[in-house]
Amino acid sequence: MSVTTGLFYLFSAVLLFAAFRVITARNPVHAALFLVLTFFQASMVWMLLKAEFLSITLVLVYVGAVMVLFLFVVMMMDINVENLRVGFWNHFPLAAAVGVVIALEMAAVLMGGFRVIDDPNAVPDLPGGLSNTQQLGKLIYTEYLYPLEIAAAILLVAMIAAIALTLRARKDSKYVSPGDQVRVKAADRMTVLKMSASQVSPAPLVEDDAQTETKA
Amino acid sequence: MTLTLGHFLSLGAMLFALSVVGIFLNRRNLIVLLMAIELMLLAVNTNFVAFSHYLNDMHGQVFVFFILTVAAAESAIGLAILILLFRSKSSISVDELNTLKG
Amino acid sequence: MSQTLSAATLLVVPMAPLVGAVLAGIFGTQFGGNWIGRKLSHSLTIGGVLLAFVLSALTLQSVVQDGARLNETLYTWMVVGGLKMEIGFLVDGLTAMMMCVVTFVSLMVHVYTIGYMDEDEGYNRFFAYISLFTFAMLMLVMSNNMLQLFFGWEAVGLVSYLLIGFWFNKPSAIFANMKAFLVNRVGDFGFILGIGLLAAYTGTLNYVEVFGKASDLTALMLPGTDWMLVTVICICLFIGAMGKSAQFPLHVWLPDSMEGPTPISALIHAATMVTAGIFMVARMSPLFELSDAALNFILVIGAITALFMGFLGIIQNDIKRVVAYSTLSQLGYMTVALGASAYSVAVFHLMTHAFFKALLFLGAGSVIMGMHHNQDIRWMGGVRKYMPITWITSLLGSLALIGTPFFSGFYSKDSIIEAVAESHLPGAGFAYFAVLAGVFVTAFYSFRMYFLVFHGIERYDQNPDVHHGAHHAGKHDEAHGHHDVPHESPWVVWVPLVMLAIPSVVIGFMTIEPMLFGEFFKDAILVNSDRHPVMQELGEAFHGPVAMAVHALTSAPFWLALGGVVTAWYMYLINPAVPAALARALRPLVVLLENKYFLDWINENILARGARLLGTGLWKGGDRMLIDGLLVNGSWKLVGWISGRVRQVQSGYLYHYALAMILGIFVLMTYFVWLNK
Repeated sequence: MSVTTGLFYLFSAVLLFAAFRVITARNPVHAALFLVLTFFQASMVWMLLKAEFLSITLVLVYVGAVMVLFLFVVMMMDINVENLRVGFWNHFPLAAAVGVVIALEMAAVLMGGFRVIDDPNAVPDLPGGLSNTQQLGKLIYTEYLYPLEIAAAILLVAMIAAIALTLRARKDSKYVSPGDQVRVKAADRMTVLKMSASQVSPAPLVEDDAQTETKA
Repeated sequence: MTLTLGHFLSLGAMLFALSVVGIFLNRRNLIVLLMAIELMLLAVNTNFVAFSHYLNDMHGQVFVFFILTVAAAESAIGLAILILLFRSKSSISVDELNTLKG
Repeated sequence: MSQTLSAATLLVVPMAPLVGAVLAGIFGTQFGGNWIGRKLSHSLTIGGVLLAFVLSALTLQSVVQDGARLNETLYTWMVVGGLKMEIGFLVDGLTAMMMCVVTFVSLMVHVYTIGYMDEDEGYNRFFAYISLFTFAMLMLVMSNNMLQLFFGWEAVGLVSYLLIGFWFNKPSAIFANMKAFLVNRVGDFGFILGIGLLAAYTGTLNYVEVFGKASDLTALMLPGTDWMLVTVICICLFIGAMGKSAQFPLHVWLPDSMEGPTPISALIHAATMVTAGIFMVARMSPLFELSDAALNFILVIGAITALFMGFLGIIQNDIKRVVAYSTLSQLGYMTVALGASAYSVAVFHLMTHAFFKALLFLGAGSVIMGMHHNQDIRWMGGVRKYMPITWITSLLGSLALIGTPFFSGFYSKDSIIEAVAESHLPGAGFAYFAVLAGVFVTAFYSFRMYFLVFHGIERYDQNPDVHHGAHHAGKHDEAHGHHDVPHESPWVVWVPLVMLAIPSVVIGFMTIEPMLFGEFFKDAILVNSDRHPVMQELGEAFHGPVAMAVHALTSAPFWLALGGVVTAWYMYLINPAVPAALARALRPLVVLLENKYFLDWINENILARGARLLGTGLWKGGDRMLIDGLLVNGSWKLVGWISGRVRQVQSGYLYHYALAMILGIFVLMTYFVWLNK
């Protein structure tokens, strides 16, 4: 057993354990943290597959951005943790059955159809002599340029959508909807009251007499 | 023994299965549901990378690249929707999201 | 006069009564605004029928003297797949004779109606109906194809329905007219089957063309059976005649049809409509001659009718019912003659019977008028003192009916009896016995009625059904001690009686030789002399009308008739206790006769009720439960039920949807991975 193989088994075991803990953690914060661990392990597995760019990207993007976002959301919401677990293990049999079925199916497909290459090292590591990153870059910026632009647009749209969904109006904002402004009627703004011409004037305050006289 | 493609694929399969189990188990916790989806995507990505390596084809890794992008976008929007739901229902239980039934 | 008749002149014959009927019927009734009054109505209709009669007489003269004939299609209505539907006339001896009989009797009835229906509200309507009937009957007899015959057939049935139910506020009249129509319908079903078979196998409805192809039909069998096609056709056609001419068992409508006014009983149910069946068989003689089985069937049915209807006439107390059963019996005689292949004898009897039976009916009507609408002969008697003309004419009619030598009825009836004697068909023995026994029965019931009405003690005040003084208050005082005595009817009533009495007496004597043994029906009626030599043998035995009458004094029918008269005289005039004693002794037989052999009971309770039950069953079970409940309602309920089930899939729960997705993937994967290798 080579080092690679041993590392693979180590990483896989931790990965699977962490994934299991993600779905069964009582506290959502714990679940999020376990998910971080999962991603780290996956990143290591990818590194073993000599996809170093993607593994680093996984850590940077996924762990650094997406998981942080998860943690933000989890921590900022006032979740009632006790209620979350009621009736949790009731559904385990069905879920386990489904899971086993999925696993078996996939194994059947993949094992049955892909008895291909055994030795990763027999394959030349760097065809063309470029590093993984360079190869990736070469492909993306030539053949997949258009999808790259679209991916950028998707990110932009996601950002706008997220903001638009959750944005609440500022409390000190004086914003008035233009539609409402246009639909204003005179009757909403001003009311004409009928009053008699003469009114009994209120009795003046004694102390202010001198002041008002001087001012006038 | 040497690692074959099969090893990586079965790893991906088990990860996928775990995430499906997670979807079914977490009826009260929408956040963990979203995390399970992330796990699913991870499993698929692992598959892609493994194939890319063993078939000596870079296109698999390009695909992973884009999957990562879309996954990020999707989780952002998913969390935004989660926050909106929490604001109106004060709960993240999936069980309570049944007003669209037939 | 020429060899051919003018089609235009002949067209006037049916059209003139039709015009009269339309004018009186539309403008004389509330329908058209009551524009024309009674006098104009009856004048128009009588004028129409008179014109028709005059032209018919001229046509008869032309046919007899100059041998003129006509077979022409006036109008082709439509052609359907090679089958031509036309309106046309076929005028030969048979047609001309029928035209004269129909128009003459109709004319007599029209004149009679002026007196009989004088007090009735529907006076104009009645005249319209009887003129319409005349039109329909003329179209029937003058037709040259089966379609027009069927049209006339149905039309006379319709007018009969209208006339029987003339007093439509009487429930019994409505029952009777429905019964008549429905029983006729049963016969018509057979009739139209026969016409259909003929049209199918010969491809034409025209008489002459059908008869031309008739011999080809003898070789055919009805598909799917081993019956001769000609036999089936003839029996089907005869079933139509059974309905229209009231043969057993489709006779049940005729006694009930006495609910209608007496003039129509005379016109329709004695002289003309009921004879349509006899006429049709005679007209179709080329076909009937081809089938011995059909002729035998006709013979037996006619014999049954002749005898058993006569029995029913013995116990009737309504004056019109006696004459009705007499009509049924005489129709049986005509049918027997047809069965014995003596078609000309049957038609001859048809003619003589038309005269004396119409006379008897109109006489009965005159008596009814005189008795202030009492029809029960038990409360009559001695009427001859008050209504002499009615008395004499009724006597003459009765003598003609029973077959008194030299009277017209004698010649026709005795010819029938001799013809049956000569026939070699299997049923001829029974038929001979029936017609012979029928002579005694006929004489008995005819003279029972005659003696009870015109002779004997006056029993008018013994009638328990009449209310005293209700509508005669102020006219006669009650110091008389008994009812208003009858008085003779006005001239419009007794002139037709006299006019009908004359041919009842003389026409047999005058026409027997040319009609039966001469050239009169030569080309109208076809007899296969080799197989059915009846007419030939009659002709050999015939030595002139006088000789026939003298010879009859030594023959059985005469003595039977005389015996019947004497028995009636004894039982009803000399010793009136005898009928009551006999009725007590033979109680079961009397019950059977009173219930008309329970045929009415069978029809009403078994056939009619069965049909209604079937209808109700189909309505409730088939229509409501099956079609409405199961198919119509069931289909939308099924859709609702299915959608109710399917709706539950959309639970609104995320994980249900996720499960559905996973299961879907599972199924698809299974299919593509394992099953689609």
